[in-house]
Amino acid sequence: MTLSQFLVLSAGLFSIGVYGVLIRRNAVLILLSVEVMLAAVNINLVAFGQYLENTGRFAEGTAASGQVFALFVITVAAAEVGIGLAIVLLIFRNRSSVNVDELDALKW
Amino acid sequence: MVNGISLMLAESNVEGLARDFGDGGLLAEGAWLIVVVPFVATLAITLFGKRLPWKGAELAVGAVVFALVYGGALLLTSWFGDGIVHEGSVKIGEFGGFEVEWGWVVDGLSSMMFFVVGLVSTACFVYAVGYMKGEVRWTAFFASFTLFAGAMLMLVSAANLIQLLIGWELVGVSSYLLIGHYWEEKENSSAAIKAFIVNKIADVGLVIGIIIAAITVGTFSISEIIQRVVESDSELDDVAAIIALLLFVGAMGKSAQFPLHVWLPDAMAGPTPVSALMHAATMVTAGVYLVARMFPLFHEMAPGVLDLVLIIGTITLVIAGLLAIVQDDIKRVLAYSTLSQLGYMTAALGAGAYTAGLFHLFTHAFFKSLLFLGAGSVIHAVHSNNMSDMGGLRKYMPRTFWTFIIGSLALAGIAPLAGFFSKDEILASFNEANQPIVLLLGLVTAFITALYMARAVFLTFFGEYKGQGSPHESPAIMTVPMMVLAGFAVVAGLFNVPGQIGAFNEWVSTRFVETVGASEFLGEHATSFDVPVLLLGLLAGLAGIYLGYRLYYPDAATQKERDRLYVRGLWPVLENKYYIDDLYMEGVVNPIKGPIARFIDWTNSYIIDYVVNLVGMFTRVVGKVVYGVLDQRGIDLAINEVSAGAGFLGGKLRYIQTGKIQQYATWLFLGAVALVIGFWIKVT
Repeated sequence: MTLSQFLVLSAGLFSIGVYGVLIRRNAVLILLSVEVMLAAVNINLVAFGQYLENTGRFAEGTAASGQVFALFVITVAAAEVGIGLAIVLLIFRNRSSVNVDELDALKW
Repeated sequence: MVNGISLMLAESNVEGLARDFGDGGLLAEGAWLIVVVPFVATLAITLFGKRLPWKGAELAVGAVVFALVYGGALLLTSWFGDGIVHEGSVKIGEFGGFEVEWGWVVDGLSSMMFFVVGLVSTACFVYAVGYMKGEVRWTAFFASFTLFAGAMLMLVSAANLIQLLIGWELVGVSSYLLIGHYWEEKENSSAAIKAFIVNKIADVGLVIGIIIAAITVGTFSISEIIQRVVESDSELDDVAAIIALLLFVGAMGKSAQFPLHVWLPDAMAGPTPVSALMHAATMVTAGVYLVARMFPLFHEMAPGVLDLVLIIGTITLVIAGLLAIVQDDIKRVLAYSTLSQLGYMTAALGAGAYTAGLFHLFTHAFFKSLLFLGAGSVIHAVHSNNMSDMGGLRKYMPRTFWTFIIGSLALAGIAPLAGFFSKDEILASFNEANQPIVLLLGLVTAFITALYMARAVFLTFFGEYKGQGSPHESPAIMTVPMMVLAGFAVVAGLFNVPGQIGAFNEWVSTRFVETVGASEFLGEHATSFDVPVLLLGLLAGLAGIYLGYRLYYPDAATQKERDRLYVRGLWPVLENKYYIDDLYMEGVVNPIKGPIARFIDWTNSYIIDYVVNLVGMFTRVVGKVVYGVLDQRGIDLAINEVSAGAGFLGGKLRYIQTGKIQQYATWLFLGAVALVIGFWIKVT
């Protein structure tokens, strides 16, 4: 498998994520879309990490750093989703809605 | 940093009879304390004197007792040791090429002065504690009094001319404060101002003299200047006469020599202890001390000025002596007597008799302060300065009477009291200097001196009491200092008996023996009694007393008339003080007060004020223009416009802030896309 195949997959996933973030009204689904974008990034990281290792371009002692990065991103993403869902839950309790179009109190 | 430069002069190449002296060791190195202690005491009295049990007087007395003990110790060390010559200094700063130092000289001359100032100050201070009881401004009085003594000690200890000048001016300031102590009366504050101004006129001479000397020699140090004199430096020689003349002008002011003597009699306005100290040890001796300190300069390089010194001294001694005969105020009698005796000292220095002049300063300090304290005691008892209110006090005030008699006899030059030896030495030196006229005038004045003192004694202590109330003897705190001074008035002359005891001569000549060699100056110092002159002097004194007895003793008993010795033509002149005060008033003060002051006032209000007003008006107009045009219409407008623009833009731009999060995200992504496209273009 070539690098570009992964990059195309990653770009597709990212675009879907961006679309979701910009279009969906439901806050939960926006968070979901953000996760999709992060998954796309992870694919990129792993793909490039593997590619660089295959072509032997890593400096000494930095092997598998792409994969390690991906692991970190997954961890951070989990935490982010936890906080995001907690916020959404609280908003729902207060306003009985998670429609982001209605959440525009912070404006001029 | 303290660096002892003692023996500096001794080590330099001096030929002849120059000899080495001790450096005085620790005692001389610490001699700066003599100067510092009174100044610290002054400060302490000013700051918290009022809170002390004696309201500051104890600090004042303590300070001068310290000076007395230290000065006495130095004098004894110098006397019984090999003599002391020490110069210590602390560098204060450097201005241009001139180093300014605070130094202290310890040699025979300054030790002698430390002792005299210390002793007379102690007597006057203790006396003042009794005399000033219940008077106004007690603490302020003792603060100024201590400053007065401290300033004189500073002047005496000065190693350089700048320090001497500072001491000199401090003496002037504190004398101003003390003379004007009872300033509630206009007369007293006028006397203070007069003393200050006359001194200032003379000080101008002193300052210029010091500046010329310093520029020529390149240093303020007195010993350096003397050293140059010894080396016959030609550069100094060229200006030496001017320097000497200007220094002597300064000395004429402080030592109240004709024609700048007018302030001294008026200075009687101060409290009597002040007069005693001022006339004996401090202030008026400063001028004599200055001439003595710089004596080699006068003697070697400016003999013409020395002649002038002789002439001025002789004029002063005669005219002041005559004035003393006609005074009614007992303090004024003594004041003119001081002038006359200062004339003796000055004339002696002028005749080249260095030791004789200083010796008279030394003895005079004791008996004149004694006489003033006695006069103060009398004034204290009868509450009047006038001898026409006194009389018969012999019965009421025996201690004052006897001490006053001792002082008077010493002043009249009756053997074997102090004045006899010093006056005889001065007269002998006139004879030796081959000045028959001066000798004659000196003898005549010796007669006059005895006459006016006899008059003062007979009018004050004999006959019937003419004043108010009943007089009483002063308390012990006042009489004991008088007795101590009386003791010195008896024995002080024995310190310098020609051919027998040379102690005083040794003290005051140490420095010059060291630098110039003894022969140079001491050759003109009498080494044996000049018997004819001695007898004539004694005779003049006795004749004066006899005449005083004939004229005033019966008068004092009957109180018919006061001045029986009325000489037509001479007396009006004397009572108007030779019209010198009037001359100054009409010739100097009134023209300045009248036309000159009016002209200056006119100039001030019509020319200077006009210019000032014009400038002010111009400034106002400019200010108005600047305010109206530049400030209001220019700067304010710009500021308002800028802020209005900012507000307008903000009003428009705030609509971007919609609160819709997806809109923000859209902008964010569009921005990211734009960045990518930008990079793309740049890369390809």
